[in-house]
Amino acid sequence: MVGLVIVSHSPKIAEGIRDLALQMTPAGIPLALVGGLSTGELGTNPEQVLEAINQVYSDDGVLILFDLGSAFMSAETAVEFLPEDKQERIYISGAALVEGAITAAVEISLGKPLEEINQSLESLNVGKIG
Amino acid sequence: MTLLSRKKGEHGLKLSTSDILEIVRDIGKVIEDNKQYLTELDAAIGDADHGINMARGFRAVSQKLEGMRSEDIGEILKAVGMTLVSNVGGASGPLYGTAFIRAASAVQGKSSAGLDDFVSMLDAAIEGIKSRGKAELEDKTMLDALIPAVAALREAEAEGMSLVAAFARAKEAANTGMLHTKDIVARKGRASYLGERSFGHQDPGATSSYLMLASIHESLQELRR
Repeated sequence: MVGLVIVSHSPKIAEGIRDLALQMTPAGIPLALVGGLSTGELGTNPEQVLEAINQVYSDDGVLILFDLGSAFMSAETAVEFLPEDKQERIYISGAALVEGAITAAVEISLGKPLEEINQSLESLNVGKIG
Repeated sequence: MTLLSRKKGEHGLKLSTSDILEIVRDIGKVIEDNKQYLTELDAAIGDADHGINMARGFRAVSQKLEGMRSEDIGEILKAVGMTLVSNVGGASGPLYGTAFIRAASAVQGKSSAGLDDFVSMLDAAIEGIKSRGKAELEDKTMLDALIPAVAALREAEAEGMSLVAAFARAKEAANTGMLHTKDIVARKGRASYLGERSFGHQDPGATSSYLMLASIHESLQELRR
């Protein structure tokens, strides 16, 4: 099963999205949250994203969804710290976070492959990357 | 004759690893001193945390470098970058972190650095920031201070200027670039959500970049004495 990582500046956003996603997938999926800094402040850092990726990583790969620009930079930096063979199995999607997370969670629970899930998120892309 | 040799000596000034450590520590002090100022700039067009984040990052850097003995400038700069990445907590973490890590690879294995190395380091740093932030000149970011600065540095190198004189020019160019961010609208970062409202405000990232270059210039003047 593909792992899902949610990266948000805010722990409340991350937890709210988890609740919404779990409502659609009661059996659960490999899901890791990054919400805010360990100091309790709003923000993201690559180290936390790296930990989250490792928590849910399998050969099926990991999909990362994020809220705002610097969360993307944190995610991208975290991925660069992984060994190359793992890097290839990690996609960062520019999909709208709430809609993307629910769509991804459902597709993950159906056992779809990473490439296919990433493709179905394309329609939810809001141009946050690039 | 004396003049010639002194000039040559000055132009060829090379910094040791302990000089580099000193320069980084000085940057940390400057960031700490300007914490409030940077945060105020960020409050106007961003999320009001740039100064706090940068100061937290550089405090961690100071701790990391305490007692660090290395004869490899690349190793030192990589440690700085990694520490910033893990501790800053805002966009400037991955951005400046990547900048220092890329700069490190430009001087990997070197135990001394001259003007040509500084040009390579800054070039690599800028490329890192561009690819990390997907930003270009005139997007109202740190690049608006850094790109003119490295251009000035390269010009100074071509003219055979000394390291400290070259950094005086780089600082001036960064200052002009930083002030210019008031006249443009943000296209990247949190400020881009404000659109036209970002006009008239100086970019906090360009300001911290200017402060770093100004700090390097200051440190070089001290080192030359």
